[in-house]
Amino acid sequence: MGVAPRLPVDGGVVVSFVRVRGLWQSYGGRPILERIDLDVAKGEFVSIVGASGCGKSTFLRLLLAEEMPSRGTIRIEDGPVAREPGRERGVVFQRYSVFPHLTVRANVVAAESFATRRGWLSRAGRQAARDRADALLERIGLAHVADAYPATLSGGMQQRLAIGQALTARPRILLLDEPFGALDPGTRLSMHDFVSELRAETGMTIFMVTHDLAEGFKLGDRVLVFDKPRWDPHEPEAFGATITYDFDARHGGIPYQIKEDDHAAIHA
Amino acid sequence: MRLVNRHPSRRAAIVLAALPFAALALAYVVGSEIRLAANPQDKLLPAPGTIWETAVRLFTVPDPRSGELLVWQDTWASLRRLAIGVGLAAAISLVLGMAIGLLPYLRRTFAGFVAVISMVPPLALLPVLFIVFGLGEVSKIVLITIGIAPFLTRDLSQRVLAIPREQMVKAQTLGASSLVIALRVALPQTLPHLIGGVRLSLGAAWLFLIAAEAVASDVGLGYRIFLVRRYLAMDIILTYVIWITVLAFAIDWTLRWVSRRAFPWMGASL
Repeated sequence: MGVAPRLPVDGGVVVSFVRVRGLWQSYGGRPILERIDLDVAKGEFVSIVGASGCGKSTFLRLLLAEEMPSRGTIRIEDGPVAREPGRERGVVFQRYSVFPHLTVRANVVAAESFATRRGWLSRAGRQAARDRADALLERIGLAHVADAYPATLSGGMQQRLAIGQALTARPRILLLDEPFGALDPGTRLSMHDFVSELRAETGMTIFMVTHDLAEGFKLGDRVLVFDKPRWDPHEPEAFGATITYDFDARHGGIPYQIKEDDHAAIHA
Repeated sequence: MRLVNRHPSRRAAIVLAALPFAALALAYVVGSEIRLAANPQDKLLPAPGTIWETAVRLFTVPDPRSGELLVWQDTWASLRRLAIGVGLAAAISLVLGMAIGLLPYLRRTFAGFVAVISMVPPLALLPVLFIVFGLGEVSKIVLITIGIAPFLTRDLSQRVLAIPREQMVKAQTLGASSLVIALRVALPQTLPHLIGGVRLSLGAAWLFLIAAEAVASDVGLGYRIFLVRRYLAMDIILTYVIWITVLAFAIDWTLRWVSRRAFPWMGASL
């Protein structure tokens, strides 16, 4: 069972920026994720879709190193396995992604100042960081609310700020956890353009969890589908989920690989 | 229309708010009139005019023996004890509450301990405090501190734990260390709740203060009330009670004002 994972190939050399090997995760003996192998090239935009409870958020938490897998490893450029979240992995959540007690500008500056020893920049560094923050706010269209607190911003503006803040820390991969799930359809469309533009500018490697299939195919280069390949009707919790489909979304979403051949037959 | 959907107008709201105060005042005046009509020497419910005269005398005419205005001395002594006691409790519980809320190891160590300690009735410890710390200022301040610190600590640790997981993770992805998370994420979001917790525990703090002063003291608002009780000087007692109420209200109002000014991002939730 299981086909060898697709390896991004460039001139005959396997290029894997993010490498996931033999990943399992279970909570209290109950498997959530099983047998996940994945290679993602630098600059790829990977959408992760699936039904609720299929473990896609768990997978994102593992990518973020917010929790450790029961088995298996995740490495960025063959670096060490991360044991806790850090500056390598930027993240934008559906909610609570910006700090409510900091102004919009201070939220961006925080991406620089939080990495210092006590959390404050030196007097000299502060002005430069503020200027950089203002330039970013100008770029993401939030310059006019630089001194406002996030609570006064619309949902779309808050998410734009959260993405700008995450990118300011210059992470190596950016994780988006249902970033547009709480937005109205119009705002969501403009956020799609916003993310596409920023991605073109930065060449960031992005993982996005979404429950919106169309959104996943529109933004992603690849769409990973999480589902349970094995299903015991008497014990629905017996097996965990894995990547059942890996679609190439660059050419209109024609699947170039099906990871689990026996999936459809078992899952009635 | 259902009662739950009926709201008073602005003007009616003001009248309604004043109603209980007016009713209380009226009940007192009537009761006082009845007792004084039966016995002009009655001391239990002095006429409002008598209380007013006593209040003016207490606040303006120095005590003939010491040449001091006793009410200001009492106020100063009591407020000082209250401020030091509450301040100490706030400082201890801020540090302890943040540590318990942020660090799993300290949470395992102290959460149960604080929960048990907060069940000890502080007033039952008062004799112990007098024995250990003597009858001076320290025992009164310590009573206030141990009286409210456990409650504040539990409240603040819960507030820190209630900060969304997303914010804690986000701070880490921006490179924040534990210290930076404490100083730049948890502390600023906990301070407004510290002020809120202090406001809630001020009632208890006053209780402990007056109890300690009543038992052993030579100056203070509680001391004075329990001293003049021997002479049934209800006019002085009531003046002090009203004065304490005014002080407590002023402190509460000031704290709320400070909270609103210092934490504008909290919006209307204070």
